[in-house]
Amino acid sequence: MLIKINALNVQYGGKKVLQNLDLCLNKREIVTIVGPNGSGKTTLFKAIIGTAPISSGKVKLKPNLKIGYVPQQLNIDGSLPLTVSRFLQIAQSNDEKSLKEALEMAGIEDILKAQISKLSGGQMQRVLLARAIINQPDVLLLDEATRGLDQPGAAAFYRLIENIRKDTGCAVLMISHDLHVVMAASDRVICLNGHICCEGAPQTVATSPQYKALFGTDVDGAFALYQHSHNHNRQSEKV
Amino acid sequence: MVRATLAAIGVTLAAAPLGCFVVWRRMAYFGEATAHAALLGVALSLVFETSVFGGALLVSLLMASLVTLNQGRSLFLDTLLGAAGHMSLAAGLVIVSFTSGIRIDLMAYLIGDILAVSRMDLLLIWLGAGIILLLIIWRWSPLLLVTLNEDLASASGLNPKKEGMILTLALATVVAVGIKVVGVLLIIAMLIIPAASARSLVTTPEGMGVVAAVIGVSSAILGLNSAYIFDTPTGPSIVCVASIFFIVSLLAGYFLDQKNKV
Repeated sequence: MLIKINALNVQYGGKKVLQNLDLCLNKREIVTIVGPNGSGKTTLFKAIIGTAPISSGKVKLKPNLKIGYVPQQLNIDGSLPLTVSRFLQIAQSNDEKSLKEALEMAGIEDILKAQISKLSGGQMQRVLLARAIINQPDVLLLDEATRGLDQPGAAAFYRLIENIRKDTGCAVLMISHDLHVVMAASDRVICLNGHICCEGAPQTVATSPQYKALFGTDVDGAFALYQHSHNHNRQSEKV
Repeated sequence: MVRATLAAIGVTLAAAPLGCFVVWRRMAYFGEATAHAALLGVALSLVFETSVFGGALLVSLLMASLVTLNQGRSLFLDTLLGAAGHMSLAAGLVIVSFTSGIRIDLMAYLIGDILAVSRMDLLLIWLGAGIILLLIIWRWSPLLLVTLNEDLASASGLNPKKEGMILTLALATVVAVGIKVVGVLLIIAMLIIPAASARSLVTTPEGMGVVAAVIGVSSAILGLNSAYIFDTPTGPSIVCVASIFFIVSLLAGYFLDQKNKV
């Protein structure tokens, strides 16, 4: 087991963002987290990389777990000159061989000299992914890595993720909004809304009443509104 | 004159690479407030007859740490910064006016008085500048990653808060050593103008740091010499030369862009 989270509670100010959350991630597993805005998806990632204010519970990582993190975006200011190849090597090993492999896998050998601020959305995501896999991580964390990509672009990106898992054997934990695309590629889907509403194989989750309550009855989930018809025990928030 | 030149080179050499981070992280206003606060430190150390350098360092460090700690908690950070910076500046000016014992040339602290740099000052300046340069070079890559994305840095095992504190410390030190050379009103100019001038000429962050340092040091030397020739105040003359570099580089960048488009 790579990551094991036990009864995790996270609060920002007085606001409970994650409540009593249990989660585990096994080797070679692809797990997708879906959930409405403000459901604590990114906070969960922050808890794993150790930057969330944990009020109780435990996040246990396998000793020396190598994490490859793909953030939603970079704060690239126009004032910062940065080529792709330099970015890939900031504060990590510059081993030629692993660099070359990562570039090949992500398919970005041809834009090494380009300025990061001039990349298209799809190129940017591949660059971020390449950086994440250079150090042969045990687990990849992807935070809405397909934001800003169109559907074929997103589908291609997920195929890439699957290939990377096949080649390197790393586990993948990802947050996504492209529900119908992403589900097919996942071993397990977790539906999050402050707590875990439901989880399981993609098919099971897609047909579960909790999932439908969160994302509407459109099982494709291409566009879904969150209606708060599903309100377990979140009243405590208002007190 | 030799001492003055050496002092100016020391400050600009340290300020330029640090200035790159100030520009990338959009901390110009933060630096401005810290520098203004330093005058309060100067005033207090005149009252208590302690080292001006120490007083300025202490107060600017205090100001910078307070702001760094509060980052993200307040929605109107720029207003707070403006208020705190100018409050300290005003309080410093008022306090200085009370110290009637010795007549103090206030302008010396506002725009610098490099020709009055003593051997001891020079030693302090180079000590401070050396520490800043070493810090920035040593933490260059981590700082760069934190600037790009804090979560990405955390996932690589870095501590964004710690790296931020290093920048804060360096900034306060540069303000303290810069007071003698260009004064509290102009020290931020020596941070951001060389860095901004370097931007259009380079393609990597390291390149920007080096070119900024070259521009900074050239401005210091050329500025001092022109101040000598035209009998103008030294600090403003250095900043004026840096500004010419900046304008030329902006124009050069613009024309290069146009050429690339055709």
